[in-house]
Amino acid sequence: MNLADALSRLPGYSHAVLVVPDDEGYPLSVATSFRVVDGTVEVTPASTGPSAVRDTVEAHLVVSHIRPYPGVGYDQRRYIELSGALSVGGPGWHFSPQAARGWDEQELSFPELCQRALPQARRYLAALGSERGREVKPQMSAGWRFFLATRLPFLTATVVPVFLGLAAAAYDLHFSLGLAALTLLGAVAVHLGLNVTNDIFDTLSGVDAVNFTPTKFSGGSRVLQYGLVNMRQMIALAAVFYALAIIVGLVLVAISGLGLLWLGVAGVLISYFYTAPPLRLVHRGLGELCVALGFGPIMVLGAYFVQTRQYALRPLILSIPVAILVTLILYANEVPDRFADAKAGKRTLVVRMQPTAVIRGYVAAVAVAYMVVIAGVVFGVLPWPTLISLVTIPLAYQTWKGLKAHYDSPYQLMSYLGKNVNLHLFTGLLLVIGVLLGILVRR
Amino acid sequence: MSATVVAGMPGPVVELLNQALVGELTVIDRNGRLRTDPLIPFWDGRYVLMTSSILFSRKLEDIKRNPRVSLSLSDPVGIPAQPFSRATIQGDARVIDDDLHQGWYRLLPLWEAKEPIIKTFLKPMQKLGLPLFWERAIIEIQPRRVLWWPNGDTTRDPQVTDMRDAAA
Repeated sequence: MNLADALSRLPGYSHAVLVVPDDEGYPLSVATSFRVVDGTVEVTPASTGPSAVRDTVEAHLVVSHIRPYPGVGYDQRRYIELSGALSVGGPGWHFSPQAARGWDEQELSFPELCQRALPQARRYLAALGSERGREVKPQMSAGWRFFLATRLPFLTATVVPVFLGLAAAAYDLHFSLGLAALTLLGAVAVHLGLNVTNDIFDTLSGVDAVNFTPTKFSGGSRVLQYGLVNMRQMIALAAVFYALAIIVGLVLVAISGLGLLWLGVAGVLISYFYTAPPLRLVHRGLGELCVALGFGPIMVLGAYFVQTRQYALRPLILSIPVAILVTLILYANEVPDRFADAKAGKRTLVVRMQPTAVIRGYVAAVAVAYMVVIAGVVFGVLPWPTLISLVTIPLAYQTWKGLKAHYDSPYQLMSYLGKNVNLHLFTGLLLVIGVLLGILVRR
Repeated sequence: MSATVVAGMPGPVVELLNQALVGELTVIDRNGRLRTDPLIPFWDGRYVLMTSSILFSRKLEDIKRNPRVSLSLSDPVGIPAQPFSRATIQGDARVIDDDLHQGWYRLLPLWEAKEPIIKTFLKPMQKLGLPLFWERAIIEIQPRRVLWWPNGDTTRDPQVTDMRDAAA
């Protein structure tokens, strides 16, 4: 906060606290009234008893404000601390401020303030570690660390396309529960491997370190930034997931045929090189395409192929709406991340485009997703009950409105990013239900 | 006005401490300069207590180097005590950070009484959002001298209570 700005804000406070060092080396604080006069502050003389306030170059003037919120606590926190010289004597004391610092939560949200303070927390833990002769880390149970590091809730992005592929296979009268379980396991392993790898490379490239406005939908898991997990553990975790995915994939290829191999290889490569060098696909504006392919056709067709040993048009058409909607999760999540991404050279679509174009792009993509379902039904590729998925249109509308209204407010945008995740989940599950209902209708 | 006087702390100041949603804590930094932060103060009958996240731990580092601090209780809005008065507590502070994860929980009943929503933020899923905010130290202040201004009028002489005798 610069001094002129701080001085201009002072009249918004009811009183100030004057702080000076006393004769015994303690800070001595006293509340007083004040007024700003030509860049200095005239302070009403205050009595501090036997330890009187004297002239000093080490004075501080502090103003602070909160609004009590009965039954909750308080809000509207803000304060300013001015440091400078105090001259006492006369009817008004003169405080000449030299520097200012402060915080206003309406201008810098508390979560962002916390993110910006991470280096201080790390310094404190490091100093505590040196004091105690052992590493001091923040504590969290292994289960919660796993939950956070893998971003488990995002697995809906995998469950939906796998279920859709399985439903399409069931529609074509092919279904094995054992193969379905293996398919889901392999797909989940690739997805979790991707999530962990993404954090590793976003940390190495510095993207996550300069992102001060992460939300639960964007900005990575931040387990590395918080010191909850170290890099070696994250690498081991990613290796375990990819190893599991490759083993399951090879078993499925052995059972279903070589036709699955290319799809599986493409899935693992896209997942790994999403953020990993040398390709770093997301840094080249290809993140959306990768996500669309990986969580759309690759998973839907893969799940279908494992059951039927062939590819077909119906699962391909079914994969398009979920591919678009899952891509829109990434796309919308890039909105709050755009400044950090740009700073780190991560040229996502949202970084490359103007806000109005980003919002128009969102609307166009959602429209295409629904049009594909309608066209699929009209041309007889999809069973008509899949039209049930159109009931999520109001959710898409709400997300669009929220995106437009809170484009520059990461934390207000958060609930709409949640709606956007639900849009993919509910539309995808309704497509699954529509395909399954199609089996009944057909009979 | 409350007649409670515990460990030499004047009753009206105990009342301020019990009601205050905010107080201004001043510490002395490594360069001998003053530094002030707003914090919620608590009174446990012997010490003035506060808790600080390691995210905002500069004051903790400063206290470890120089324990001399001052707490101002001055905001008529942030301290809904009736009748209103003002106080300054000078004292020696100690940082208790041997268990950053759980140690501060002993202050939770006092904290929750002033900021009830804090309980919601302590649910496991909520804590995941800002885990380092919940790694916290306790600041324990042994009061040395208390200045109390009845009616909050600091242009008049304060009543001064020297608590060094009580502490001894």
